[in-house]
Amino acid sequence: MSTGPTGTDSAELSTDQPAAPSPAPNTRTAAPATGSGSTGSTGATGSGPSGAAPGAVQADVAPTAGGNAEIPAGAEGLRLSRISKILGGRTIVDTLDLTVAKGELVCLLGPSGCGKTTTLRMIGGFLQPDKGRLTINGKDFTFAKPEHRPTAMVFQNYALWPHMTVAKNIGFGLKVRKLSAAAIREKVDWALDLLSLTHHRDSMPARISGGEQQRVALARALVLEPEVLLMDEPLSNLDAKLRVSVRETIREIQQRLGITTVFVTHDQEEALSIADRVAVMNNGKIEQLDVPAELYRLPRTSFVAGFVGSMNTLDVAPRDGGVPLADGTVLPCERMSGDAGDAVWIRPEDLVIEPEGAPGSTRAVVLRVIPRGHYREVLLQCHGTTLRSFTDTEPEAEQAVGVRATDALVYADGVLVQQ
Amino acid sequence: MTTVSAGIPSGPATVDTDGELADDTRQLTPAERRRRMLWKVLGALASAVLVLFIVGPLIWLALAAFSDQWTAPRLLPQSWTLDWWKTVLDQPELVESFWRSLQFALIATAVSAAICLPAAYALGRTKFPGRRVVLIGLFATNAFPKMGLYTSIATLFYAMNLMNTGTAIVIVQLLGTIVTMVWIPAAAFASVPPSLLEAARDAGAGPLRTFFSITLRQAIPGIAVALILAFLACFDEAQGTYLVKPGSYSTMPTMMYTLVENYPAQAAAVFAIALTIPSVLLLLAVRKYILGGHLAEGFQIK
Repeated sequence: MSTGPTGTDSAELSTDQPAAPSPAPNTRTAAPATGSGSTGSTGATGSGPSGAAPGAVQADVAPTAGGNAEIPAGAEGLRLSRISKILGGRTIVDTLDLTVAKGELVCLLGPSGCGKTTTLRMIGGFLQPDKGRLTINGKDFTFAKPEHRPTAMVFQNYALWPHMTVAKNIGFGLKVRKLSAAAIREKVDWALDLLSLTHHRDSMPARISGGEQQRVALARALVLEPEVLLMDEPLSNLDAKLRVSVRETIREIQQRLGITTVFVTHDQEEALSIADRVAVMNNGKIEQLDVPAELYRLPRTSFVAGFVGSMNTLDVAPRDGGVPLADGTVLPCERMSGDAGDAVWIRPEDLVIEPEGAPGSTRAVVLRVIPRGHYREVLLQCHGTTLRSFTDTEPEAEQAVGVRATDALVYADGVLVQQ
Repeated sequence: MTTVSAGIPSGPATVDTDGELADDTRQLTPAERRRRMLWKVLGALASAVLVLFIVGPLIWLALAAFSDQWTAPRLLPQSWTLDWWKTVLDQPELVESFWRSLQFALIATAVSAAICLPAAYALGRTKFPGRRVVLIGLFATNAFPKMGLYTSIATLFYAMNLMNTGTAIVIVQLLGTIVTMVWIPAAAFASVPPSLLEAARDAGAGPLRTFFSITLRQAIPGIAVALILAFLACFDEAQGTYLVKPGSYSTMPTMMYTLVENYPAQAAAVFAIALTIPSVLLLLAVRKYILGGHLAEGFQIK
């Protein structure tokens, strides 16, 4: 059978494809794999969110409730309780709850204006919440000034002080804390070494590359040994290739040091690659907080489904174990999340292309084939509806094929219908 | 100025992307090449005129200061001499006026900085009702005829018994520097990116530490430019000083009036050159700032 990525076993793998259509498909699986090595150092127990492998994460933490398993009181690094923020008469953050375990990396993911940066700035102390409570390792920091918080921020534009050398930038916070010159030197050397910046010790920030500036900003934050590390879209000013390598560096160091981290991004690929858990935000609320694999497999709202990965969005009610296409023909689906709803959404990799007339398939005509490296993106005309499929097969344009769906998500009023 | 900038070939200043590079190295048609050439020539001509316009009078001054005899149609003096320098330097009151000028200019600049820099910070970094009115209001003081302003100041000084005192001269010189001393540093304070300050707070620095380590440090180019311009303005101030010091306290610029009336042109030229020396020295000392683009930075006003 020359089918594409099908079945539940390969579903794990196939999650990579829409998220990382680049020639580096293993980045996502690589991140949790390194996590297994540092489970001990993060202090997370077996039930911690930074479990061994993606499968184990699901099994240990969230067999039913996704990534929202209760975090034991002692393992809790950061907690936001019913936080609200109103700016200019608009509710930017709306009674938001979020708990981050010690050593965990949580991504706040969402479109611009969803409140993710405002949330981060409230954690850092640059904004004060209008309502709610914020604790770090059990202590209340809701209204503390930034300089009195055990947090360190990596700013989107790095915010390096242009009049200080790299070493001075990194050492500034230690100098403020009145450490001895020798102690400052030692810690700065450690940070420089950690981020491979030793050769730039005496460079001015303007003289080094964007990626290096980014690493200096990270070193400057890490040297303060924060209890919570905050990152505000730290990779958005880097080019695509660098973005991948820097984010791997960030993840590797975060796990090695076991720092509780909140990472803000609008890039779903980045969030899925780097995070232990991802919080998808919309209109100031968290729509879904989950481990990346679950978030991708079972998006609990159509907003999350549309924001994470690609989707065939068929806004019709399911019928006869499938989804009716434009001319009324039913495209059969092997597994549907539910049988009553107003929309059926299918991941492109769950749309299998087979020879024309294969049992259980529906006839379709190939419109376009877009090579994506190790897989192909195929646009199909299927009984009046245009469908998108990610496949290993090599159909040609205008060829008639058979198509069937393995998994489909059914939504009613934008909420996932589950049986 | 447009001609000058158009005359500069738009070479690949930043060749980050292949696209830009390819665009710039493509073959030019003969017509395009001719037009670029024409702009270059026009630009060079405009630059030459500008240089002559600025430097010409200074050259005349320099020549006059060393000339013995120089009659109208001649391009250069017939004979040269150092006598005028000797004459000027032999007059104790002239030498004394030089030191006095320096002294007053330094004091006036320092007092101006003490008054204006906090105001500049407030105008640059905080939002308060009437902020723009204050900024424009400061500017408007320059719109009035200076002489009228000084006359009323003189009246006021007579009433307050300040006439003919050092304080009066400092006040009068200071008044002329306020716009410079507020606007330029205000722009410099305003242009410090907020994230730099947030990063400092994040690293544990309190508001004061953040101000001295980051805000002030970042605003230094703008403040330096303002200080230099203020000092030069004070050093050069004649009208007001002339009016409030009927007898004593002659500074160099007010001395010029006497010189122009009572001495030959050459002595005045010597004195004028002496007057420019501090300015030139100062500008040489800070040329790093000027060439480094900090001067232009200091003028960014939003």
